[in-house]
Amino acid sequence: MKKELKVSAIKNGTVIDHIRPGKALDVVRLMNLENYGGSVTVAMNMRSSLFKTKDIVKIENRELSEEEVNEIALIAPESTINIIKDYEVVEKRKIELPGVIKGILTCMNPNCISRKEGSSKFIVEKREPVVLRCYYCERLMEEDEILKRLRI
Amino acid sequence: MNMKNRDIISIRDMTKEDIGYILKKSEEMEKNMEKNRNLLNGYVLSTLFFEPSTRTRLSFESAMNKLGGRVISVAQPKTSSVAKGETLADTVKTVEQYSDVIVMRHPNEGAARLAADVVDIPIINAGDGANQHPTQTLLDLYTINKECGKIDGLSIAMMGDLKYGRTVHSLATALAHYDVKLTFITPEELKMPSEIKKYLKNKDISYREVYGIDEIGKADVLYVTRIQKERFPDPADYEKVKGVYKILPETLDILGNAKIMHPLPRVDEISPGIDKSENAIYFRQARNGIPVRMTLLSLVLGEME
Repeated sequence: MKKELKVSAIKNGTVIDHIRPGKALDVVRLMNLENYGGSVTVAMNMRSSLFKTKDIVKIENRELSEEEVNEIALIAPESTINIIKDYEVVEKRKIELPGVIKGILTCMNPNCISRKEGSSKFIVEKREPVVLRCYYCERLMEEDEILKRLRI
Repeated sequence: MNMKNRDIISIRDMTKEDIGYILKKSEEMEKNMEKNRNLLNGYVLSTLFFEPSTRTRLSFESAMNKLGGRVISVAQPKTSSVAKGETLADTVKTVEQYSDVIVMRHPNEGAARLAADVVDIPIINAGDGANQHPTQTLLDLYTINKECGKIDGLSIAMMGDLKYGRTVHSLATALAHYDVKLTFITPEELKMPSEIKKYLKNKDISYREVYGIDEIGKADVLYVTRIQKERFPDPADYEKVKGVYKILPETLDILGNAKIMHPLPRVDEISPGIDKSENAIYFRQARNGIPVRMTLLSLVLGEME
């Protein structure tokens, strides 16, 4: 049976696949893709063999920095990243939330020393759903607060 | 157990074995004060208190002196280089050049952790904002163990400001290592943070939350805290709850044999009329800060194993 292609393929760029349903727009906002000059395709609630449904974001002519990958890992930890070159997947990897998150987020505690000097550092306390603990002030940050602080 | 060069930043870093070891060594220290009077001869402790403190600073300085060590300190950080805009990292890196160990208190949460990351000598946290005060917790545990003969199996009540009080947060976290029953006596506004309660639940520690002291039930220890005006973001909230709990001589009927502890200073939450009762152990508790801090200094400087 011929596989129906619901979302057009991209020539070069990045496909973020297996995004938890409903999170695609968060990924778009997080990466500020609304203001990206190139073409961006967002597909939501697509059928998935891995999960029941998934979201997909395709970005033409753009690769992700390590920091961006870590940011995505915070809101959609089960996603995969495909690097596309000349319509071929040249690299495929599962996003993995590192044990320590540095610099992406500011601590929610206004009295935390990391807000005054140095830079932020969080220990990943729980992965599903993501819970972070500030390395300095030890305050926990749950998902809704993480999204708020990522300015989504 | 070798604790040489170890930083004492948070009770969360300590295992039950670490705590048990420090309590055991503190007991030995208390019995051998005389013998250890030159144990830290030649060592210099710097006390860096960026926030006012009487008990903790004096207790550390006394502990160092009793071991034959020397103490240097910044009396008024406001007049020091901090006031000139020096970063905390630079301040501690400079003080490191003059000393073998630093005890610090700072108004910002996480300050001691940051300091420990930038210096090589041990840092002992004597309070970082509303976060941690691990040496207070260790002396609290030492007191409970000494007065009650054990920690496992006890019913421990905490009363007062359980929302902002760092001593009760650290104590509850440490007690999660033991088989204890906890009761939290607070007004609605000052309840134990949900984060700590979640932690206790995960560790299978049972706790009750009540409003009145008459709901304490049978308790072995009642840990009272001051409602701290300086921790309230809104002074109106402080006015609502100040003076809500007072232990008066007539309250002792409700308390039975419960030992009353308090990290001090007190304002009006424990009447001085209680001080001579069998229940009152808060001044002995303050005294226990000495052997515990002597032990910690000796351990992190590698003169005790």
